Amino acid sequence: MILVIDVYDFSGLTQAIDKSLKAVMSPGWATFAEYVIIGLIFLIFYAILGLFLVYAERKVCAFIQNRLGPNRVGPLGIFQTIADLIKLLMKELVPIKNADKLLFNIAPFIVIIASFMAIASIPFARGLQALDFNIGVFYIVAVSSLGVVGILLAGWSSNSKYSLIGAMRSGAQVISYELSVGLSLLTVVVFAGTMQLSEIIESQANGWWIFKGHVPALTAFIVFLIASTAETNRGPFDLAEAESELTAGFHTEYSGIRFAFFFLAEFMNMFIVASLATTVFLGGWMPLHFGTGGVFNRIMDFIPPVVWFFVKTGIVIYIMMWFKWTFPRLRIDQLLTLEWKYLLPINLFNITLVAFLTLMGWHF
Amino acid sequence: MQDEVVKNIILGEDDNYIINVGPQHPSTHGVLRFEVSLQGETIKKVIPHCGYIHRGIEKMSERLTYPQIIHLTDRMDYLSAHMNNEAVCLCVEKALEVEVPERVLYIRTILNELNRIASHQLWWCAMGMDLGALTTFFYGLRDREKILDIFEESFGTRLIQSVNTPGGLMQDIHPGFQKRITEFIKYFRKKLPEYDQLLTGNVIFRERTEGIAIMTREDAVQYGVTGPSGRASGLSCDIRKIAPYGAYPRVSFKEVLRTEGDTLARYKVRIEEMYESMKILEQLTDNIPLGDYTAKMKAVIRLPAGEFYQRVETARGELGVYIVSDGNKTPYRIKFRAPNFSNLFVISKLAVGYKIADLIAISGSLDLVIPDIDR
Amino acid sequence: MSALINYFKDIFFGIRTLWAGMRITGGYFISPREIVTQKYPENRDHLQMFDRYRGEVIMPHDENNQHRCTGCGICQINCPNGTIEVLTRKELTSEGKEMRVIDKHIYHLDRCTFCALCVKTCPSNALAFGHDFENAVFDKSKLTKILNKPGSSIIKEVK
Repeated sequence: MILVIDVYDFSGLTQAIDKSLKAVMSPGWATFAEYVIIGLIFLIFYAILGLFLVYAERKVCAFIQNRLGPNRVGPLGIFQTIADLIKLLMKELVPIKNADKLLFNIAPFIVIIASFMAIASIPFARGLQALDFNIGVFYIVAVSSLGVVGILLAGWSSNSKYSLIGAMRSGAQVISYELSVGLSLLTVVVFAGTMQLSEIIESQANGWWIFKGHVPALTAFIVFLIASTAETNRGPFDLAEAESELTAGFHTEYSGIRFAFFFLAEFMNMFIVASLATTVFLGGWMPLHFGTGGVFNRIMDFIPPVVWFFVKTGIVIYIMMWFKWTFPRLRIDQLLTLEWKYLLPINLFNITLVAFLTLMGWHF
Repeated sequence: MQDEVVKNIILGEDDNYIINVGPQHPSTHGVLRFEVSLQGETIKKVIPHCGYIHRGIEKMSERLTYPQIIHLTDRMDYLSAHMNNEAVCLCVEKALEVEVPERVLYIRTILNELNRIASHQLWWCAMGMDLGALTTFFYGLRDREKILDIFEESFGTRLIQSVNTPGGLMQDIHPGFQKRITEFIKYFRKKLPEYDQLLTGNVIFRERTEGIAIMTREDAVQYGVTGPSGRASGLSCDIRKIAPYGAYPRVSFKEVLRTEGDTLARYKVRIEEMYESMKILEQLTDNIPLGDYTAKMKAVIRLPAGEFYQRVETARGELGVYIVSDGNKTPYRIKFRAPNFSNLFVISKLAVGYKIADLIAISGSLDLVIPDIDR
Repeated sequence: MSALINYFKDIFFGIRTLWAGMRITGGYFISPREIVTQKYPENRDHLQMFDRYRGEVIMPHDENNQHRCTGCGICQINCPNGTIEVLTRKELTSEGKEMRVIDKHIYHLDRCTFCALCVKTCPSNALAFGHDFENAVFDKSKLTKILNKPGSSIIKEVK
């Protein structure tokens, strides 16, 4: 029986494009042309998604604070971010007197490149994934830790005491929380038996891992949310750019388009982390199934997988924004205490539990 | 002796990291500069530098008549503007031995307590915002708008009210005054527990404020810290109980005292004072006696020669007004004992050994309004 | 053992208080009735200030272009910072006597602190507060206003 979900299979489309390109030019040029096309698509997607996320953050923030948010530029204010982008592009790039010129200019690019590399390997639907490594999870975690190099370079090369303090705090924070991120993802890797992202999603065809792996998967999900909010310097862990203490921390001295890069990279990192949580714990593009077969599953299959993916990611992003606008900020030593004394032991215990459960087969 | 003084002013040895917090800074609430000497993230020494907003109010008052001084005093500690006005009026009335009508006493006390609640609401907004919870700013301001509407309906002004004059008030209250206050009390009693849920009970907030910067009772006496910051260390310094004025002898309320002296205690004292202020308002609002809104005063007010002192309890501490008069219609010298000036310098003792993030929390809990420090 | 119990108690206390805070903000997120923003320039038509609002000082004129200012200068004496200047001239009345009449009542809006002393101490109640608050201009000389309109005269019974 043909599952309805097979209608939304994109691998047919991508094979057709590949064949038509190879018919026109030599295989080498065809591959090159494919790289260019995919790069352009991702650049445009990245920019548009960034604009949309900034608007969403401002609206969510405004509703929580009993006010309206952007509502003048365009209907319901949807062109507000474009206006902000034009303003940032027209601003003067202030050169700092004793700053290290090369590092100062490179730092925003490193941050953007790190997040761009991570976004390339996220599965949006079956067959709609640019890089499908067999070490998918490991690749994403490794590549997103390149971002901390950019932050440290930005703080150091600005030649300003405030920036240096912010960058040092952020470096310590990101390096500590990478442990928790990796270990909490490891629970589902053990359950599924593979690190490849498309395989993990296929293994959730009879239910999402947050339901199938009951207690340990739920704990791992909560730990992952907290650790990834800290990884991206957001929410109650944003002391690297604490507005009320250090007047913008490591990116104080940046203006214009360079500041726009840091700003955009922060939102896209949030998207990457949210989509990773969706893929691993909430089933990625897989619709909500309970077991195999049945009428409920067939109804769920009618909704396109891309819609499932974006809705789930949107919910996780909303939860992260909710954290940011409710809680006060943690101090640096409390942040490190949280990681090393609370999250890490819970993670280690969780992993042992998961290994035991998989061995005994006591999960759904 | 001179060399020792100079040596003490130089901040630390050569390898210390000195940063300036302020004068332009999002969380010093005004223009104030802290020169902070750091080792890593730990503070070794803090020196506050004030004077960036000195406007010469005391000198300007030497050529103004007594009713004209009132409009300058509300710009000192602008969040408890009415209490500043009342201090000067009470001093002048004491010197002339004028008896104000009952109605004036009640209305002045009601305005005092409304100002106190509005000031504490703004303090709560700003404290949450300094610590990173940006939503608290909007919730506090939303509730404060109701009090500002009460002021605007009766007197036309919102933040700074120049409605006092020696002998009484400049105009009578609007007929809708009492109804609005009763509605406000009902509304705010429902909202204040939300403040507790959002900030006070939060585990992150507790970690940031519990046990931080303990001020002992001896410190408070030595530095002259009054107001809620002093009462959080056990120093019983409420002028409304020690030397009552206005309608305070006729109402019953509790003086909020705590003994821990840390940042969380200073926070809780102010939240409880808001409850006490609402209790005072409930006792006074429905019982305002009818009558004149001002006593009969001469057109030109001349104080007899001599020295006169009056103190009141503003939202931040004890404000003292000292007038030296030589019989003219302008004072020879007027001096204000500003509460924020004494409250500021205790930071150099409290903040040592804590982190930069704690410096912000401490200065938020001391509730400083900088124009009052500099006058 | 008690250390372990305290550890878990801390964790659950933390999660409970954090959830209490999140419930409040989440509650406000889904209630659009609580939004308090007023859409300012669009609501100018039905925006009404309170009666006693202190906008700027004006001299009310009735429909015959008459005001109540006698030119006594008491407002100028009472103003704390020189915001008001009263210029008078001598005029002949119908009986042939010389009378002081207001020529120009100059009001500097850029120096005014809205302390209400001029309004309250005027013996003929000639001044009042208007409701206009949109006073921003690009040219500072526009802030020096003359309060008595040209060709106006004083109402008969005010002396």
